[in-house]
Amino acid sequence: MCLAVPGKVVKIYEEGGLKMGEIDYSGTINSVCLEYVPEVETGQYVIVHAGFAISILDEKEAQKVFETWDEALDKAREQGFTIENNPLADINKK
Amino acid sequence: MKYLDEYRNPEIARQLLDKIRETVTKPWVIMEICGGQTNSIIKNGIDQLLPKEIELVHGPGCPVCVTPLEMIDQAISIAQRQNVIFTSFGDMLRVPGTEKDLLQVKSEGGDIRMVYSPLEALKMARENPDKEVVFFAIGFETTAPGNAMALFQAAREGLNNFSEVVSHVLVPPAMQALLSSPDNRVQAYLAAGHVCTVMGYNEYFPIAEKYKVPITPTGFEPVDILQGILSVVKQLEKGEYTVDNQYARAVSADGNPAAQKIINEVYEICDRKWRGIGEIPRSGMCIKEKYAAYDASKKFNVSHIKAEEPQECISGLILQGLKKPPECPVFGKSCTPEHPLGATMVSGEGACAAYYRYQRFADALKK
Ligand code: SF4
Repeated sequence: MCLAVPGKVVKIYEEGGLKMGEIDYSGTINSVCLEYVPEVETGQYVIVHAGFAISILDEKEAQKVFETWDEALDKAREQGFTIENNPLADINKK
Repeated sequence: MKYLDEYRNPEIARQLLDKIRETVTKPWVIMEICGGQTNSIIKNGIDQLLPKEIELVHGPGCPVCVTPLEMIDQAISIAQRQNVIFTSFGDMLRVPGTEKDLLQVKSEGGDIRMVYSPLEALKMARENPDKEVVFFAIGFETTAPGNAMALFQAAREGLNNFSEVVSHVLVPPAMQALLSSPDNRVQAYLAAGHVCTVMGYNEYFPIAEKYKVPITPTGFEPVDILQGILSVVKQLEKGEYTVDNQYARAVSADGNPAAQKIINEVYEICDRKWRGIGEIPRSGMCIKEKYAAYDASKKFNVSHIKAEEPQECISGLILQGLKKPPECPVFGKSCTPEHPLGATMVSGEGACAAYYRYQRFADALKK
């Protein structure tokens, strides 16, 4: 229910007095309400829940999480891990 | 997709698991609050990969699952009326009421429509001025901004044929209720990331302090969840407790002020019954008197409808982290996603449905 997904704001417009936007989720475009992220600009990523953007994703914070893991990422790539939706349960088998 | 794939990286997950293994020395019970987290944990087998000292219990974080039976009965009573277009998020349509679910009302001729956003319901009200359009406004703090905006807009436009059945619930009071229960087993929380996106996490500090439990607002991808677990395990092992934000890319301490403003404009805090748990004081949101004209429960006079919950479903115990789905005698037998007896089997985020979908019923059936 509280599922919310990241998407990229590709267009901002107004409709019926509300700030709206088109969001690109890996190729699928959807219209969502942007009233709750008034400062958003195109090109930024937002978290969308039930037709409303509820947060602008913070690039710096997202990066911080991975700083310690950069090395691990390189190693993963070397070993040919995909950075895709691999069920974790599978990693034991590898 | 950016902001998703990197949080699904198996190598990082593996390293986090190693870190957790290195850190843990004692048994701990950790509750993930949100059903989205439960789903991710079961789907990715995280609970099975963790060291045996760590037990994850699944919290009451599925709004569909905790919507009380009588609210469903009230919704059904409205949906059955002539001249009503009843709109709802898809998950709610199959939740069993006392006698039937909303889909059955639809098959009997009721005009019931699934919407993805409450603004779609508002649009239907504009396009059907001769009909009453009712929206089933359920959810946690995450969903409240959208549902509040639909109502606020309706009032602004003077759309008198739009109203909401509101059964909103608030997460922190439920977290406190679980901790104060004499049966409580929870020693740390992974707080619901998207609830915190809207509300922030300042309100968790007094809870962490009062009950001496670490609370970590956590995201939904495997790497998020493992980081959340590592954060609380580190605290538990050291005997510390604070609020440590794992989901900083989407959550700030104050949350989203624009969203909080509209929520506070149209809704107010009220007592609320939780399915399977019972009434929790000040744990819900209701429509303010100022917007009473948009309150479907008043408009259609259904507030008097009350209901008793069925006995065989143990979802109340599951939602409190006291039992696991396979411990329910009818799990996977007379209760399946096709024929759910309880709401935790209906919603994709309900613990029973997650266990069923990811084959966790095999072991249970063998017993
Ligand atoms: S398996 Fe069905 S009856 Fe048992 S607790 Fe879950 S929803 Fe209720």
